[in-house]
Amino acid sequence: MSRLFEAQDVTVAYGKIEAVRGVSLAVEPGRVVTVLGANGAGKTTLLNALMGVLPARGAIRFDGRDLARLPVEERVAAGLSLIPERRELFATMSVEDNLRLGAFRFRGRPQEGGSLEAMFALFPRLKERRRQLAGTLSGGERQMLAMARALMGRPRLLMLDEPSLGLAPLIVAEVMRTVADLRGQGVAVLLVEQNARAALQVADYGYVMDGGSVVLEGESRALQADKRVVETYLGVLAADTEPARGVG
Amino acid sequence: MDATILMLLLQDGVVNGAIYALIALSLVLVFTVTRVILIPQGEFVAFGALTLAAFEAGTVPGTVPLLLALGAAACAADLVEARHALDARRILRIALRDLVLPGAVAALAYALGPGKPTLALGIALTLAIVTPMGAYLHSIAFRPLEKASVLVLLVAAVGVHLALTGLGLVFFGAEGSRTPPLSDAMLPAGPLSVSGQSLWMIGLTLAIIVALWAFFGLTLLGKALMATAVNRLGARLMGIGPGMAGRLSFSVAAFIGALSGVLVAPLTTIYYDTGFLIGLKGFVAAIIGGLASYPAAAAAAVLVGIIESVAAFEASAFKEVIVFMAIIPVLLWRSARADPVEDEE
Ligand SMILES: Nc1ncnc2c1ncn2[C@@H]1O[C@H](COP(=O)(O)OP(=O)(O)O)[C@@H](O)[C@H]1O
Ligand SMILES: [Mg+2]
Repeated sequence: MSRLFEAQDVTVAYGKIEAVRGVSLAVEPGRVVTVLGANGAGKTTLLNALMGVLPARGAIRFDGRDLARLPVEERVAAGLSLIPERRELFATMSVEDNLRLGAFRFRGRPQEGGSLEAMFALFPRLKERRRQLAGTLSGGERQMLAMARALMGRPRLLMLDEPSLGLAPLIVAEVMRTVADLRGQGVAVLLVEQNARAALQVADYGYVMDGGSVVLEGESRALQADKRVVETYLGVLAADTEPARGVG
Repeated sequence: MDATILMLLLQDGVVNGAIYALIALSLVLVFTVTRVILIPQGEFVAFGALTLAAFEAGTVPGTVPLLLALGAAACAADLVEARHALDARRILRIALRDLVLPGAVAALAYALGPGKPTLALGIALTLAIVTPMGAYLHSIAFRPLEKASVLVLLVAAVGVHLALTGLGLVFFGAEGSRTPPLSDAMLPAGPLSVSGQSLWMIGLTLAIIVALWAFFGLTLLGKALMATAVNRLGARLMGIGPGMAGRLSFSVAAFIGALSGVLVAPLTTIYYDTGFLIGLKGFVAAIIGGLASYPAAAAAAVLVGIIESVAAFEASAFKEVIVFMAIIPVLLWRSARADPVEDEE
């Protein structure tokens, strides 16, 4: 199988403390791969390192090219995109400007980037809000804008850090549907979630992290049936986090 | 003080304030995009004025070899910065920007300088010489410190200021220069008369303000700079590199600085170190605007200009003291209103 994206033995440290230890994973085109794990497992740290936001040891290969030493913007140019946990929208700029900036890497050849029309078709709410400042959107609308802004850059690998965080169940379902649809467009997806139930429903393959390492991996179906996953993540977590999360 | 004198002082203050406004706007731009407090902004003003004066005197200004040297140093810095992603296209782009561009500008300056170019051509050459220096200084001194704190960046800015002042002395010597006004016209306006030069200054300042507004409001590149100011990480994740954003904002600052120099040079004798005091007054205005608000900074700059001209008339020995003391109540007022935890982004 062709490996679009591959991380090998990635280790990330904050000072002396290793928050991610020797993680290896792979994502193929048109597949959704999820990384599950409790709060503090190291998921955000891992994604930030893969994107170049944090320095890491280990190999990171994309389309046969070694990205490990490239800065964030070079990885963006190569076709990686990260929707971070905190979204990092341009709060004092309009929804439309946020979207246009999503296609910044195609400046000078805008026909190659995503189009506003396509994003508005995908998320009609954003069309109604196009002149509004991003900072005034609701939590769900913010997540939609973050996704649309990332898609404007036509990524070949989209990494999402807890897109369901703080969202109402209906919106989580919409976000997950959008993720699943990316598969048909040949985009590879790396989906980090605490909401294991929702993530395993859309993912083809999954990794489970604990204490900075991958402790379990397998096809989604197998993970959904795995006793350890059910007990640790599907039973407790799903039951206890979902109702507690309001719309942020 | 009668009304006519007051009018005269106000007019004077507004004209000087226009220059401070240009400087304050560039300081706000550079600070919001790169977190650098651009102390050397005044040097761009002095270099602009002295470069134009050299062309007016029919010589090739010392900023020309300086431009070539800064370009070469920036080329080295940019190659080191991009070492992990160097391909032919990128090397070509860096060479064009850091070697070919200053080479071409220098060739023009050497060809046209000794023949005493027209004022308009001299101004165009001056702007072409000083503007890229902004980008080069960013690559050399600030890009490598991208992760440093505001304080470290400030120290670097002071260092660049001192270095440029020293180079100014080397290239231009200790004598001051003046240039002819952009216009000799005197237009009657009631009891006063308005000089063509004043109109140029106010008109060009307004034009720059409109151009900046259009740049930020209408172009993707301008929006990318604004995005970097609003959310640095968000901008990087869209592929807006801090190097590109820094080079661009520094170049805009250098351009505005050089233009300010061209505008003040006919009014007052400019020495190699005059820029600092002019820059400091723009800085006072930028601080009043919290280093964040363009309109507040521009309005404060006009106020600084008026305070200065009134102070110069009432107590000329204390002119500078009064201007810089005026900042104290503003700082007290700002810090009383400020959110106590606003130091981290
Ligand atoms: N900036 C930081 N400095 C120091 N430690 C951090 C920092 N960010 C996260 N950590 C630690 O790293 C570990 C992994 O955190 P994180 O990657 O955020 O986990 P997750 O996203 O799975 O919840 C945690 O123990 C957390 O306390
Ligand atoms: Mg996290």
